[in-house]
Amino acid sequence: MELRKQEEQNISPGIPDEWFVPKVQNQSEAEAVVRPSLSYWKDSWYRLLKNKLAIAGMAFLILLALFAIFGPIISPHSVETQKLTSQNLPPSGEYWFGTDDLGRDVFTRTAYGARISLFVGLVAALIDFIIGVVYGGFAGYKGGKTDNLMMRFVEILYGLPYLLVVILVMVVIGPGLTTIILALSITGWVGMARIVRGQVLQIKNYEFVLASKTFGTKTGRIIRKNLLPNTMGPIIVQMTLTIPSAIFAEAFLSFIGLGIQAPHASWGVMANDGLSTILSGYWWRLFFPTLFISLTMFAFNVLGDGLQDALDPKLRR
Amino acid sequence: MNTYFIKRFIAMIITLWLIISGTFFLMHSVPGSPFNEERTTNEAIQKNLEAYYHLDEPLLVQYGNYLSALLHLDLGPSIKKSSQTVNEMLGRGFPVSFELGFYTLILAVISGLTLGIIAALRHNRIIDYLSMSIAVLGISIPNFVMATFLIEQLAVNFPLFPVATWTSPKHMVLPILALATGPMAIIARLTRSSMLEVLTQDYIRTAKSKGLSPVKIVFKHALRNALLPVVTVLGSLAASILTGTFVIEKIFAIPGMGKYFVDSINNRDFPVIMGTTVFYSAILILMLFLVDSAYGVLDPRIKLHKKEAK
Repeated sequence: MELRKQEEQNISPGIPDEWFVPKVQNQSEAEAVVRPSLSYWKDSWYRLLKNKLAIAGMAFLILLALFAIFGPIISPHSVETQKLTSQNLPPSGEYWFGTDDLGRDVFTRTAYGARISLFVGLVAALIDFIIGVVYGGFAGYKGGKTDNLMMRFVEILYGLPYLLVVILVMVVIGPGLTTIILALSITGWVGMARIVRGQVLQIKNYEFVLASKTFGTKTGRIIRKNLLPNTMGPIIVQMTLTIPSAIFAEAFLSFIGLGIQAPHASWGVMANDGLSTILSGYWWRLFFPTLFISLTMFAFNVLGDGLQDALDPKLRR
Repeated sequence: MNTYFIKRFIAMIITLWLIISGTFFLMHSVPGSPFNEERTTNEAIQKNLEAYYHLDEPLLVQYGNYLSALLHLDLGPSIKKSSQTVNEMLGRGFPVSFELGFYTLILAVISGLTLGIIAALRHNRIIDYLSMSIAVLGISIPNFVMATFLIEQLAVNFPLFPVATWTSPKHMVLPILALATGPMAIIARLTRSSMLEVLTQDYIRTAKSKGLSPVKIVFKHALRNALLPVVTVLGSLAASILTGTFVIEKIFAIPGMGKYFVDSINNRDFPVIMGTTVFYSAILILMLFLVDSAYGVLDPRIKLHKKEAK
């Protein structure tokens, strides 16, 4: 009994009791250890900055956009002027990327190709975004029979072989820039619609949406203000992956002669022209357009990968 | 399980019918008849030609005829190559394209799986970064660029392989390589990420603590589960390989279906365009269906889930 009492009084022998002082909770100190609270977008941005490859891709795309805008302006040669005295010249101070068999400047044509590729990619992604978000958002929000019916239709479209559809449309309407974009948009929005619908289906059951509904908010406003901002991550990732596939489709079609037509310059057209002279050793005619196609696709792909990692809430710490 | 198959089967038939109808009406809305370019034909001959190919009948009658012929697997005659039927052309082209596509798929699957598994097992080491860089490059380089690059390096600069045609195994190397890099890269990335996920699972730790050999763990326990996502993309990969054959066959002058398809587009040979489109779509949709079914068979959890849902 005696021993126990003593033990209770002095828990650790040898250490004076005064040392045991209850810690006063200090709110401001506790907060100081935690990193400042960041919004979702800021947080994602910092995580993206850490991904060097993705940032390199982004830097390349910015440079490419500048090249597309200013390349034809700073170049002393025009895109379509043929100069038969300077055929198939190798790259030099006069012609930076050399000339082709009609004496046209490859540098200027590559810059024009960049315009077309970026334009096709961005417009196709924008159209996919608009149709996909409206369709998928509506189907997901309505749910039930409407959703079922709308998604059946999407499933059927999803089964269509994409490039085959594009080729058919090109055959019917005839080649050209607008038909490429139109053909790409016919089936392109389906993937976006599926993603948006899946996200909306999940988010619409959260409490804050319910709260919004109880306040009598209109459907359109709920979709715009509550649902879409929370699905933005996957949407952006999907868009960065749509762009390279649209760029690829344009180059592919132009390469097999169904896309942009001569005398207009497109990377696919230039690659096809360059391939036919490969045995003559005019490597620059094939090298520059194919290099730019590959680098652009690469940049979009690594940027898309980086965004996917940065925006994925599962990876948030 | 059966209702699922039936549902998918019906969806497949509807998709196919949509493609057939869409192709048919699209083709017949194209301005310009396939006989327009021939200078020698006078009006009477043109009328006779149109009558011979039933192009003078009302559109809906033509549509009905086409559908009923399709049910007998008859794709009609070619307009430009008058002595041939579309069936004959496909019969000649398909084996070649199939060979090209099949070898490509095999190469893509084997090399993609190998790259992905190695990368996952050496996660965040140099080999991982190396193989994933190869994979991103493979995804980024379009197949026709790859083909031109291979021709330039391995056929022109270092004449190791022939440039074109499809006669000996040596001729097959470059086209297959060019076509396989993209799908290989996709498979490698998918395998890596799903392997990484599976390798952190509890049953892998159990297998390790049981003292199983690493080979057994990887191939018997990890890979089997990691393969499922890879199987799901096989259908769309087959689609991209199939469309890839158009351009690869064109570049390498391979006498396959893709070449007939591209030629028929340039010639406005409607029956051939329609026939090849329908044929391609049927193959693709069948592939998707098979992959979906295989998925159900491979993953016992899916079957279980479906039964419970009933």
